[in-house]
Amino acid sequence: MDLAQVEHLSRLARLGLSPEELQTLLGQLTAIVAAVDKLQEADVSSVDPTAQVGGLYDVMRADEVAPSLEAEQALANAPRKEAGLLRVPAIQ
Amino acid sequence: MTLLGLSISELGRRLRSREVSARELALEALDRIARLDPAVGAFLRTTEELAMAQAEAADRWLAADPQGAPPLCGIPVAHKDVLCTSGVETTAGSRILEGFVPPYDATVVARMAAAGAVVVGKLNCDEFAMGSSNENSAYQATVNPWDHTRVPGGSSGGSAAAVAARLACATLGSDTGGSIRLPASFCGVVGVKPSYGRVSRYGLIAFASSLDQVGPLTKTVEDSQLVLSAIAGADPHDSTATTEPVGDLAAALHQGVQGLRLGVPREYLAAGVGAGVREVLDQACQRLEREGAELVEVSLPSTEYALAAYYVIAPAEVSSNLARMDGVRFGRGEPAATSLVEAYESARHRGFGPEVRRRIALGTYVLSSGYYDAYYLRAQKVRTLVAQDFARVFQQVDALVSPTAPTAAFLLGERVADPLAMYATDALTLPANLAGLAGISVPAGFAEGLPVGVQVLGPYLGEAVCLRVAAAVEALSDLWHQAPPGTDG
Repeated sequence: MDLAQVEHLSRLARLGLSPEELQTLLGQLTAIVAAVDKLQEADVSSVDPTAQVGGLYDVMRADEVAPSLEAEQALANAPRKEAGLLRVPAIQ
Repeated sequence: MTLLGLSISELGRRLRSREVSARELALEALDRIARLDPAVGAFLRTTEELAMAQAEAADRWLAADPQGAPPLCGIPVAHKDVLCTSGVETTAGSRILEGFVPPYDATVVARMAAAGAVVVGKLNCDEFAMGSSNENSAYQATVNPWDHTRVPGGSSGGSAAAVAARLACATLGSDTGGSIRLPASFCGVVGVKPSYGRVSRYGLIAFASSLDQVGPLTKTVEDSQLVLSAIAGADPHDSTATTEPVGDLAAALHQGVQGLRLGVPREYLAAGVGAGVREVLDQACQRLEREGAELVEVSLPSTEYALAAYYVIAPAEVSSNLARMDGVRFGRGEPAATSLVEAYESARHRGFGPEVRRRIALGTYVLSSGYYDAYYLRAQKVRTLVAQDFARVFQQVDALVSPTAPTAAFLLGERVADPLAMYATDALTLPANLAGLAGISVPAGFAEGLPVGVQVLGPYLGEAVCLRVAAAVEALSDLWHQAPPGTDG
């Protein structure tokens, strides 16, 4: 892993990290990835990946109308809103 | 001794005979929090108004129908701050959710309320439940009530410390890789991680959705059973909550261990397990044997890969789950931002602490094109190997007994600068999350004056056998009424 890669991750995940924070993260991620590389030693040739530990599959429910939050309640925590909608800066 | 040092069943008896009222219990809890919590730091906020309203309702219920009122009626409880509480600020220990007031209750919160429990506050935790020491909380450090220079464990550290210090009779926590069992062990209380799907996750702020479970922390195994019975079971709001019946968990408590085969996993005693912890486990095993259990050594060979698999799968789910923390629907707003990306980056940079950033970055990495197969897919295959190990062993034994953590509580600050050392704290608890199994940590002794728990693991939906073995460990060690110094007044 190198600095450019960590910068890319920060951008992808919208973390907005400073150059010093990127440098620190590079060292830590390098060590963590080296540790999780232990996975490469496991023989996984005969198993499928786990999808759901309880064996649940396609849980369905009846398609019925039920009460839900009012728009006002759902927007109560939003810092910026207008006419029942969320307000955000323009995409550039 | 404080009334909060009594078991829930004893308090229930006194509430029903009118020796004490729910109102008096709530006031005692709030008074103790005001006096003792400034030094412990378990609570992020108290909920006096809610507590008084619930206590008065509980008293009316107890007066009208003393035998019909549920076992938790009038009992002071508190919830980890990752559980949504309608009208009460819920932060998950993160700055990014500062001021967030949920418009609904988590299912477990609603079920505790329906059972008559009285909520006295919200509890500190590592940010978004990511951590093993509570030091990742953006708000405050919680200390271990047994030794204020040490961590309470995490991430449900506030939940464990509050019970240990007798500030609430029962608390709810969440366990993704050990976050209930580890602090329970460090603080000398009982903590239950139910099987995946045994308890609804609706209203639990998600950390890693395939691993998270809500469970109780209490002084006694019976208290935990009472809370678990109140919160467990299917929920139309959570399709991963199983519809399998919960059954009568109380029956398990008094069955003893005569005739049970208990496995001790060889790999859980490997390097890193301290001598004091080993001694506590050995003593507990000898006592269980004297009570008629058969103890056998078993092997879970894929254990060596479990930590690595966990630290791929959990961060991957973090990177996806925490994408919703964008400062748009909740948060402080970013009036200075001139573009949407800038607003996201500003909100997330100001809102997330170092551990959360680290896990989001790691999760983004293991899911990215070119690395997905080598890390995420491979980790999910290793997860199958870990589950197969357990399935094989549970054909030979009824339950497993091991240390909960390799050591007793470590010093504040000791592992903060070394993420890998912090991660290793969960080595003996996280395999059960990968496999979705039931687990309990129960106090079994002390090492150099600090509490040490024994972990009991059962098969999927094997809560009853875990409670059965844990109740025996508790009866044989007889520690539960010991309160940390300075908290019994």
